[in-house]
Amino acid sequence: MEAMSMIRPELVCPAGTPASLRTAVDAGADAVYCGFQNATNARNFSGLNFTTAEMRGGVDYAHDKGAKLLLAINTFPPGGKTDLWKSAIDDGVCFGVDALIVADIGVAEYVSQNHPDQRLHLSVQAGASSAEAIQYYCESFNIKRVVLPRILTVKEIKAIHDEIPCEIEAFIFGNIGMMAEGRCSLTNYITGVSTNMDGVCSPASHVKYEEDKARNLMTKLGDFTVDCFSCGENAGYPTVCKGRYLVDHREEPYYAFEEPVSLNLTSLLPDLMQAGVTALKIEGRQRSRAYVRSVVSAFRKAVDGYMAGENPELSGLLALTEGHRETAGAFGGKKWR
Amino acid sequence: MDPSHKSRLQNLPRILFAPLPLPLLEPILSKVVCTISRNRPELTNRLGVHKYKSFVIDPTNIPFALLLQPNPDEPSLRAYRRNQLPPHDARIAGTLLTLLDMVDGKLDGDALFFTRDLIVEGDTEAVVCLRNALDDIEGSIANDIADIFKTPGRAALAAVRRIKGEQHGSYEHDPA
Amino acid sequence: MAMTALSKLTIGPILFHWPAEQKRDFYFRIADEVQVDRVYIGEVICGKRVPYFEQHYEEVARRLSAADIDVVYSTLSEVMIRNDRQIVAKLCADESINIEANDASALKYLAGKKHAAGPFLNVYNEWTMSHLARNGTTHITLPPELPGQAMDTLGAKSKDLGVTLEAQVYGRIPLALSARCYHARAHDRVKDNCQLVCEEDPDGLDLSTLAGEPFLTVNGIQTLSHTCLNLVHEMNGMQAKGISAFRLSPQSHNMIETAQLFRRVLNKEIDAAEASARLAENGLDAPFSNGFYHQEDGCRWVENQ
Repeated sequence: MEAMSMIRPELVCPAGTPASLRTAVDAGADAVYCGFQNATNARNFSGLNFTTAEMRGGVDYAHDKGAKLLLAINTFPPGGKTDLWKSAIDDGVCFGVDALIVADIGVAEYVSQNHPDQRLHLSVQAGASSAEAIQYYCESFNIKRVVLPRILTVKEIKAIHDEIPCEIEAFIFGNIGMMAEGRCSLTNYITGVSTNMDGVCSPASHVKYEEDKARNLMTKLGDFTVDCFSCGENAGYPTVCKGRYLVDHREEPYYAFEEPVSLNLTSLLPDLMQAGVTALKIEGRQRSRAYVRSVVSAFRKAVDGYMAGENPELSGLLALTEGHRETAGAFGGKKWR
Repeated sequence: MDPSHKSRLQNLPRILFAPLPLPLLEPILSKVVCTISRNRPELTNRLGVHKYKSFVIDPTNIPFALLLQPNPDEPSLRAYRRNQLPPHDARIAGTLLTLLDMVDGKLDGDALFFTRDLIVEGDTEAVVCLRNALDDIEGSIANDIADIFKTPGRAALAAVRRIKGEQHGSYEHDPA
Repeated sequence: MAMTALSKLTIGPILFHWPAEQKRDFYFRIADEVQVDRVYIGEVICGKRVPYFEQHYEEVARRLSAADIDVVYSTLSEVMIRNDRQIVAKLCADESINIEANDASALKYLAGKKHAAGPFLNVYNEWTMSHLARNGTTHITLPPELPGQAMDTLGAKSKDLGVTLEAQVYGRIPLALSARCYHARAHDRVKDNCQLVCEEDPDGLDLSTLAGEPFLTVNGIQTLSHTCLNLVHEMNGMQAKGISAFRLSPQSHNMIETAQLFRRVLNKEIDAAEASARLAENGLDAPFSNGFYHQEDGCRWVENQ
């Protein structure tokens, strides 16, 4: 395998808490991404994320160890409420974060007008899934890197790479939301809490688990039943897009959108690197330190192995996948659509 | 690891703890929760409003469950027989070693939930918040608890970890 | 504040895959029988449907224009594969038509030219509005989940920027888009061999929970609400906030009567309560909802104060 010609990709890792950030950096992350404890980022979950003091501490810790910190400000401020996003942006620039990951055109506008030297990455939440859309953001806001939606095949990523002026970051492991990022208001429809405006998907405050004596587990979101797992069955996240539903023309309930499954692209690493992907993203800010330690160290080994011309084999990650199952998702081919 | 060996290990805690009169545990448990609450203020900061909630920590393979109330003004941790549990906001259940591993940052809560090794009931947001707060504790809470009881405590924890080491085998390659 | 004559009534793009004749007849009846100010035509959901109606656009546009109705072509909302990119490029290259952009790829082509921004373009705040206004956007339709409270700021700001605002007030609510086709999946197919099965469901394929509650509606790559949005009570308040156009998203039955009812409310000939009661009689077999506007769960119906 011709490893020399490939550029060494940056391993971009999740940090849901200061302890996870340190764990990720110590396990070999080239960059960590995180967010404040409010609606300005898309993992605004209970007990997660960083206060301003913790963010400043996180930047110092990462930089001391030669790693980068990318600040996620990837939600959409509703009209009249931009102040919270303004202070998150100003704080991030003041703390010297290495990049802001943005999705909303308005947020990108504010940054490029007020902090023109601040490096900008385009979040997957912007839903830019074609060369033209990415060019629009690059030309309008001087975007330096786009995090591609998980819906493209490796061949399509290669084609896009040749038509855009910025770098490409691609997801390689973690949860897959089935709906186009930045274009889903299903959670808001059911719970009144919005993914785009409040940064929450399936908030735990509206999730109910009911397990009966026979160990059948029912998961509910708001008033709606999302799934029922029988005794031996592996469970999934209580999200609408991973639920089981009924339609008139089918006898049995079925996974109308997707089954509980996680993305695992270890086998496609060399293809991604050859397709021009220069940053590999691990999803999972809502996961634990144990998850971060296992996944980051596994991919650290894999990337270093490929760069050294070896072909490291990676099995152990199945245990961390949703529903205890993994998929190559769209990256593997068009049959996924 | 053959299943009979594994089940014997899971039943060990039940054998050890069965005869224990619960009142005997009171002073130990309150020492544990007060020490942690004092040494780890970041835990209660992260809990926010959920620090006033009550959590049943239910190690399914021992004959009693624990009721945790992390409120820093009057933290409490008490043992109850399962049929005498007072009303509570949330319940987290799993084997003793599973719960210990999770608190210790060795096992991922979501993964345990996916494989049904962890049961969550009641106020889900409070449970998620508690797990995230515990996960943010650098080092290990188990060590904190063991240190309270000096050498015997540390020896007991080492023994439990040796048993645990065998039970969990290879999946989790932990360089730390 | 009285509902001034300025308020416009518009018909949104047909989101479902109706047969060509049904679409054409629908537009002819709108032209002949309803006092509507603007009609959005064009395929928003799936590029594979375009060849089935493209040849009728001119005829329909001519008929609508003859009835003094503005005609706007809406672009696709999920643009990724070559075929869809070419459809958007071709549409945006036509200087003779008004275009509503539903994806950032269209914005690239329309930069500097007058155009409208559609509800799939995520215009949530005043920052985004000022950027788009500088880029040539003259009219914006707000995302369905945006609460009424947020419209105050946008309404005020739009006046300074010379941009007009529109919001959907009737029809199933667009909730999500995806790269996967859920109509095909429901029939154990994939997008490449779907055989346009979405044509079987003129108002979307009903999805129920395991407890048997009607829940969502599948429309190809799009997921919509089961409930039918109805903001007839809220239009007065929206108008006061600066919303000058109200969009009815077409469903398959009695849409002409529905549009006439909304026109009569705008003309102050009947009040909202009466209109709402009559809408319930001849509209969709689904409960009404207005939760998003009131910052509640979108599926709820909040009694008007």
